[in-house]
Amino acid sequence: MSATAKRRAAEKEALSAVTRLRDIARTVIRLGKAAGAEETEVHLDETLDALTRFANNGIHQNVAEHGLTVSVRTVLGGKTARVGTNKLDQDSLRAAVDSSLSLAASQPKAPHLLPMPGKQRYRQVQRYIRATAELSAEDRARAVRKACDLAVKEGQVAAGIFVSGQMQSAVANSRGLFAMHRQTRAEFSITMQQDPAASWAKGNAADVRALDPQALAKRASAKAKLAASAVELPPNKYTVILEPAAVLDLVGFLFYDFSATGVEDKRSCLNDRMGKPMFGKNISLVDDVYHPGQLGAPFDGEGIPRQRVVLVDQGVPRNLVYGRASAKRAGKKPTGHGFTLPNEYGEAPMNLVFAGGKSSLEEMIASTEHGLLVTRLWYIREVDPYEKVMTGMTRDGLFRVEKGKVTKAARNFRFNQSVLEMLRNVEMLGPAARAAGEESFEMVVPAMKIKGFQFTEVTKF
Amino acid sequence: MFDLASAALNTAKLRGATYADARVMHLRQRDLTTKNGEVGTLVQSESIGIGVRVLANGAWGFASTDRLTKDGVAACAAAAVKIAKASALAKRSDVVMAPEDAYVDSWQSPFQKDPFEIPLETQLALLLDADKEMRRLKGVTLTETDLQFRKIDSWFASSIGSRIHQRKVISGCGIVATSYQGDEIQKRSYPNSFGGQHALRGYELVEEMELVKHAPRVAEEAVALHSAAQCPRKTGTLILGGSQLGLQIHESVGHPIELDRVLGQEANFAGTSFLTLDKLNNLKYGTELVNVVADARPEHGPGLGTFAYDDEGVPAQCTDIIKDGEFRGYLSNRETAHLVGLARSSGTMRTESWNRLPIIRMTNISLKPGTWREADLIAYTDDGIWMDTNRSWSIDDRRYQFQFSTEIAWEIKGGKKVRMLKNPSYSGITTEFWNSCDAICSKDYWTLWGTPNCGKGQPMQTMGTGHGASPARFRNVNIGTAFGEK
Repeated sequence: MSATAKRRAAEKEALSAVTRLRDIARTVIRLGKAAGAEETEVHLDETLDALTRFANNGIHQNVAEHGLTVSVRTVLGGKTARVGTNKLDQDSLRAAVDSSLSLAASQPKAPHLLPMPGKQRYRQVQRYIRATAELSAEDRARAVRKACDLAVKEGQVAAGIFVSGQMQSAVANSRGLFAMHRQTRAEFSITMQQDPAASWAKGNAADVRALDPQALAKRASAKAKLAASAVELPPNKYTVILEPAAVLDLVGFLFYDFSATGVEDKRSCLNDRMGKPMFGKNISLVDDVYHPGQLGAPFDGEGIPRQRVVLVDQGVPRNLVYGRASAKRAGKKPTGHGFTLPNEYGEAPMNLVFAGGKSSLEEMIASTEHGLLVTRLWYIREVDPYEKVMTGMTRDGLFRVEKGKVTKAARNFRFNQSVLEMLRNVEMLGPAARAAGEESFEMVVPAMKIKGFQFTEVTKF
Repeated sequence: MFDLASAALNTAKLRGATYADARVMHLRQRDLTTKNGEVGTLVQSESIGIGVRVLANGAWGFASTDRLTKDGVAACAAAAVKIAKASALAKRSDVVMAPEDAYVDSWQSPFQKDPFEIPLETQLALLLDADKEMRRLKGVTLTETDLQFRKIDSWFASSIGSRIHQRKVISGCGIVATSYQGDEIQKRSYPNSFGGQHALRGYELVEEMELVKHAPRVAEEAVALHSAAQCPRKTGTLILGGSQLGLQIHESVGHPIELDRVLGQEANFAGTSFLTLDKLNNLKYGTELVNVVADARPEHGPGLGTFAYDDEGVPAQCTDIIKDGEFRGYLSNRETAHLVGLARSSGTMRTESWNRLPIIRMTNISLKPGTWREADLIAYTDDGIWMDTNRSWSIDDRRYQFQFSTEIAWEIKGGKKVRMLKNPSYSGITTEFWNSCDAICSKDYWTLWGTPNCGKGQPMQTMGTGHGASPARFRNVNIGTAFGEK
C-alpha cells in the first residue's frame, strides 16, 4: 500500500467490526475472571456522528465525532459497581476491571442484586442504512445551502441543523449473553425567522432518504410568513390543535411514570391509579421498539429483550414496564426496559407509540369555531408531579383558528396544564406518525384537538 | 499531550487551515447515590480524546477522536479541515477573529482534599447516614442522596502559539426527602435541588455542607408541606432565597446576554434574546441596586464558571453586565467581540468535553451583594412571601417571560415569618422583575451557587455555571400563577 493510500485508509472513519467488539468484550470478561470477579458485564458504545449547524443563512458550526467507550460492571460477594473508559489497551481495560472490583468491595451488600442473565434470543431490527452512513459534509452543506437560498428568496433568516450519524452498542456478560445493535440516524431541523416571528419544522429518521430537508424548509417558511404579524390574545382556556411535535414534547414527560420502580418509590402519577379510568377512551398507548416508526436497540441495559407493552388501553393504565429487579419484587416478568446497572431509577419505556385517529390537521381546523393551532412547545417543566401539571411556552408559530380557518398569528402563551386532564379532553386525533420535538425523545404520536387547554400568561412576542 | 495537540495543528496547517486550535481533554468522574438506605448508583468513568477546530476557506470545521495515535490525530485534523471546506460551501461571510495574545501557562483550581483520594467507604457512609436520618420520620416515602466528583485536565494548543494546561476539580452533593400523601407529592432538598450544591472545590465542600445535620429538617419540612396552606394567587412582595435567586439570574440575565443567542446562532434550539444590540448601554435592566458581573477569575470564588483561560485560550475576565441597573455588557468570544465594538473577547468559550465544540457560555454570572441584613429584610417586610429552593423553571425562547416554582415558602406578616406555604410559584417579565428589586442582602449572606446542568448547543452540551447571590426582595410580583387556586 502506498503512503497516500495508507494515509487515506487511516483517515477513513467507520464503526468497528463486530469481531472487534466481541474481542474487547471477551478480553474484559477474561480480565474480570482473572481478577476474581464472580460475574462481569461489558457495555460497548460507539458513535460516529456529524452535525452541520447553520444560522443567519449560512453554516456557522460543523462538527464530527468518533468515540468508543467500554463500561465494565463486576460482581463480587453480592456487590456491584461500574467503571467506564475509552482507553482500550489491555492495561487500561485491566485497570477498569480492578477499579470496578475495588468500588464494589467498598459498599454494603446490594439486597436486590440478581445474578446476571444468560444468553438471550433477540428479534432483529434493521435500522442501519448505508445511505445515511455515507452522507458527507458536502452533502449536508449542499442541502443547507438550498434551504438558506429559500430563506434569502423569501426575505427570511434560516437556522437549523442537519445531522447524520451511526452508532452501535453491545452488551455482553460472563454468562454468555451477547447483544448487539447498530443503527443510523439523520435529522433535519429548521427555524425560519421573519422578524419579529419565526416558525419551525423538523424530521428524524434512520434513512436519510426519508427526510426531505427542502420540504421542511418550505413548511417552516410558509408558517413564518403567517406568524410575522401576531395579535395579543388574553390568557384563558382555549381549544387547541397540537401538532405532533407539541404533543410528544408534553406527553413525553409521562414516560418515567410508567416505570415500576417509579411507582414503587411513590413518585409516579400512577400511584394508586393503575387499572382505573384516567384518560379519555380514545387514548391508547404502547411501548414498542419494533414499531416501524421507532429507532433503538431491541434489548435493555442488562441485555434483556424488549417486549411490546400495552401501557394504556382506552384510557385505562394497564401495565408498567419492568427491569429484572423490579419485576422480581413485583412477581412479574421483566419487560426489557431496565437501565444500565447500578442505578436507582430502574426502568422506563423509551419507544412510545400512541394510537392515532383518522382526522387530518385540516379537518381539526375546519371543525374549530374558536381555537389555537400550536406548532411546538418550549421549556416544559413539571410543576405538580402527581397531577402532572406542566408549564412551558408556545414557540415558533401559534395561530388563531376562527370559524374553521387559520386567520392570524397570536403572541406566545405560557401554559400550566395537567397532562392527565389534557388526555381526558382530546376531541380529535390525527394519524399517528413518527415525530421529533426538542424536549422529549422521538415517538409515534398523532396531532390532537384538545378542549380547555389552560394558558395563564402571555409574553411580548 | 501537547505533542498530540501540536501534531494536529501541523496537519491542519498542511491541509490548508489558516487558524487551528486543538484540545486534549481527560475527564474523570465519580457518581454515588443512595435511595431509601441502599446504594443506588456507583459509577466511575474516564474519557480522553482530542478535539480540533480549524478555520479554512473562511469557515469553521471541527472534528474529534479518541484515537490518540499519530495517525488518529492526523486523520482527525484532516477531517476538521475537510469539514471547514464543506462549511465554506454555505458560508455567509468569512470568519474574523479578534486578536489575542499567545499564552504558555499551567493552572490548577485550588482544593484541599482530592475527592478521588477519599475512601469510597467514607463517602458512602456519609450518604447512608444522611439517608437514614431522613427516613427516621414517618411520612417520608422516598429518600435520596448524591455525591458527584469530577477532575478535568485540558491541554490547549493553538496556531498562534498558546500552550495552556488546566486542571479543574469539581465536587457536588445533595440530599432529598419526598413525601407522598393523598393526592400530593412534596419534596425538600438540601443544600439545593437537582443535585445540591456544586463548586470548583475538593471534598471539603461536602464536609462543609453537613448533610447529616440537615437531614432531619429536610425530612420534617417535606412532610409538613402536606398540611401547609396553599400559596395564594396574588400580586405582591416576594423575597427569594439565594439558591432560587441564583437560578433566576441564570435564566433571566445569564442566557439573554450570550452574544451567540443575540446574533441568532442559537435560534433553532436554545433560542434568541430580547437583548438586541441596540439595547447595549441603552436599557434599564433593573433598579440601581442591581449590579451583575460575569466573572470567571479565581478571585471571584470557586464557582463552576471559574477558570484561568477559556477554551479559546483567552484569559479569564470580569465583565460588567448590569451596572447600577443599566445594561452594560454581553458574553462574547473571539468571533463575535467586534460586533459589539470590543477589541477583545470577554473570554467565555467553554466546552463540555474533547468531542464538543467550544461555544459561548456563562461563567460566574453573579448579583453583587447589597447592604441588608437578612433579619432586617424580614422585619421590614409588612406583607410578603419568602420562596426557597427551586422546584421548576421555565422561560420563553427570548428570555422575557418566566415562571418558577419552589419547594417551600413562608408567609411574612408584620415583619415576621408566620407560616409555611406549599406549592409556591411566581412569574413575570425579565426587566419588569429586576426593576422591582428594592433590597439585596449583604455579602454575609452571599453564596456562589453552582448550576451543574445548563444545556445548550447542538449537539447538546451540559455545562456548569456559577451564580453568586444573596436573598433579595421584589415588589408587585405575580405570585401563585402556576397552581392557581388549588
